[in-house]
Amino acid sequence: MIDERSEVAYESSPMPDVPTPTSSIEETTSPSAWRDEDICLTVSDLCLHYGDNEALTNISMQVARQRVTALIGPSGCGKSTLLRCFNRMNDLIDDVRITGKIELNGMEIHDTAVDIAQLRRRVGMVFQRPNPFPKSIYENVAYGLRLQGSMPKSEVDDRVEWALKNSALWEEVSGRLNESALDMSGGQQQRLVIARAIAIQPDVLLLDEPASALDPISTLKIEELVHQLKQDYTILIVTHNMQQAARVSDYTGFLYLGKLVEYDTTNIIFTNPTEKQTEDYITGRYG
Amino acid sequence: MATSDAVTQDLSIQRQSLLAWWRSGDPWIWLTSAAVAASVAAVLGLIGLLAVNGLAHFWPSQVMAIEYERFGTKTKIFGELSERESISRRQFMEANPAFEEQVPETVERWLIKTGNRQANPPDFRWLFAHDVIDSSVPDDVIVVERTEWGAAYGLLVNIEQDSETVDTRNLWEEFQARIARTAAIRDEIDALQEGSINGINYELESIRLEKRRRQLDGNHEVSDLEAEEEVLRSEYAIIENQVFKLTEQLERDTAGLALADGRVIQIPIRAIIQAWMPNNMSMWGKLWLYFKNLWNFLTDDPREANTEGGVYPALFGTVLMVLLMSALVTPFGVIAALYLREYAKQGPLVQLIRIAVNNLAGVPSIVYGVFGLGFFVYFIGGSIDDLFFPEAKPAPTFGTPGLIWASLTLALLTVPVVIVSTEEGLTRIPRAVREGSLALGATKAETIFKVILPMASPSILTGMILAVARAAGEVAPLMLVGVVKLAPTLPIDGNFPYLHLERKFMHLGFHIYDVGFQSPNVDAARPLVFATALLLVLIIIVLNFTAITLRNRLEARYRVSIN
Repeated sequence: MIDERSEVAYESSPMPDVPTPTSSIEETTSPSAWRDEDICLTVSDLCLHYGDNEALTNISMQVARQRVTALIGPSGCGKSTLLRCFNRMNDLIDDVRITGKIELNGMEIHDTAVDIAQLRRRVGMVFQRPNPFPKSIYENVAYGLRLQGSMPKSEVDDRVEWALKNSALWEEVSGRLNESALDMSGGQQQRLVIARAIAIQPDVLLLDEPASALDPISTLKIEELVHQLKQDYTILIVTHNMQQAARVSDYTGFLYLGKLVEYDTTNIIFTNPTEKQTEDYITGRYG
Repeated sequence: MATSDAVTQDLSIQRQSLLAWWRSGDPWIWLTSAAVAASVAAVLGLIGLLAVNGLAHFWPSQVMAIEYERFGTKTKIFGELSERESISRRQFMEANPAFEEQVPETVERWLIKTGNRQANPPDFRWLFAHDVIDSSVPDDVIVVERTEWGAAYGLLVNIEQDSETVDTRNLWEEFQARIARTAAIRDEIDALQEGSINGINYELESIRLEKRRRQLDGNHEVSDLEAEEEVLRSEYAIIENQVFKLTEQLERDTAGLALADGRVIQIPIRAIIQAWMPNNMSMWGKLWLYFKNLWNFLTDDPREANTEGGVYPALFGTVLMVLLMSALVTPFGVIAALYLREYAKQGPLVQLIRIAVNNLAGVPSIVYGVFGLGFFVYFIGGSIDDLFFPEAKPAPTFGTPGLIWASLTLALLTVPVVIVSTEEGLTRIPRAVREGSLALGATKAETIFKVILPMASPSILTGMILAVARAAGEVAPLMLVGVVKLAPTLPIDGNFPYLHLERKFMHLGFHIYDVGFQSPNVDAARPLVFATALLLVLIIIVLNFTAITLRNRLEARYRVSIN
């Protein structure tokens, strides 16, 4: 099911060390007004079937570079499924059929030439519940780095420190890097998982309800973190919490029954949606 | 009517309360705890029984001088009381129909170990307590442990050197000194045997095989080998000469031992391992001797068709075989489980394979033995001989039962438990952890090796523990694929390649069977059977305990996140 990464593929497409140039778009610019270079991900006519069930129907959207895009919608609407399309996590499930296109910086990710491990390095993911490995804090962050081949110890140290600092965790854990990650609190674990994801410097960060299992203070920290991270990364966040979507995102897409009902700036979606369904959901009439 | 109503009511209350008691679940608590208590009692009872019967054997118990009369003949013997029991009058009369006197309700009889098997057989005899005329505990009676003919009991009367009586003031000290002297010479001979002679023999055999190999290849140029052989043979002659001289020195002394009936027998001191005066020893002296005997039991080679001496080769063989088996079965089982759980598409076929694997654990072990003999020994071993050892033929090298085949057969026998418990461990690893690794760009193989296998390691060890427990106690298949009553050499020695996988070996389980049921001298062998069984159980406990400790450590390290 999963393509094995070959050494050759890895050698031929090294990690971009420098993040792509800063996006020029204003946060109030409507998606229809974006220029090509502002667009990180393009989804066109994406359909996804689990066996005979259609989970996503004709999704077409674009995701802006270095902006936070939220996907909202009631449970079972397909927002997590859509998110998992971007790093092809759905490939792990038997009986999934996908049609349509997703382009990452102009490259079709379903292309047979694409190395799936390489794709997942460029599109990092954080899951709903913190899932640290039963290793030390240091080893958790270094895991992704070590997968890229041998790297001098000092460089690994530097990048672990960098990742922990950028995930607002360094001050809390710098003294106990060799302790088990499982001894951390849930909020710390979730930030550790984010550190693990950004340590390999992906282009895109997918957050699947990253704060749903956390207490309000940890949630706040994660939200602040998302705010900081968007300076370097294109972020897609799935959330149940509409206040959260309103707080952290620049753009919001509303999904309902596998369809993308409306997609616009967060401001418009929350204040002046075009579709009746969106308005009903935002105002809490269902969902 | 009134009374009957009252009774009915009473009963219904009682029934209700019984029912209530049943429903409360209390009976289950009692039942479950009783089951646990029974298991614990059974295990402790077993170990206790083995310990009491086996360990008492090594204690230097007191020796009695007994005079008894049987059918009008008076006999005097020295001996240790090794068992005492009461039999009923009926049993006694059936055994002794000619007995005329009044017989009491029960008759006491004693089993006396009299030793002196050569001069005064048999070395164990049953006496009726009422036949005994006189018994005493003489201070100066000695026990002599010999390399042949078992133990001897008697009074030390003289020491002869080259058939002339040695004049000495302290006979006992002189005796001990001379035993020490022969022991030192014997050690020297053993060192020559084990070291030089075995080494030279091994090399000579290699040269013989090399010659034969060249002959088979059509190369008749063997002069270099013959020169080498010549050198070895002359070395051998020198060492052989040394051994001869040492052996002659061994024969110098003999000790005169007076038996209870007054006869004096001469025992060559070379045949004496140790001697002690059990009735004239302090508690510390007895304790010291006890632990020395225990130590010798663990570290000595067996003597007298396994009924005396130690069990070292069997102990060594058992542990080595179990370790080899673990080294073979673990990777094999883990890889199979990885395929079944991680790579194979789950479906009816995989389910069928899984059921088949589970059922393999139920196949009688002797069937594995027969399979091992037919497939491993004759087919694979025979093919290896044909391909790599044609020069040794017709003598087989690998095409005969041996250590490697026994380990492989047991590995086959235990692979189902490793597969099952590894699979269980793999199932328990949360999907989230796998996805976390894959989402970081790890391939499936990287995820398995870096995350999944370490997390499954406690389960893998559990499988290994079960495999070891099963394999260490298995005897039946081993009899077919490599275990022998007496192995001339250990499977590990100083000759290249050090670990000789093709050699036959001894095993504690088989040793128990052999000593207990194939031995000509049951009474002498019985305590050794208990001691050997205890040792086997203890080894299994130690092996398991080590693995369990390791597993608990891994479990603490790779425990799955709770929050």
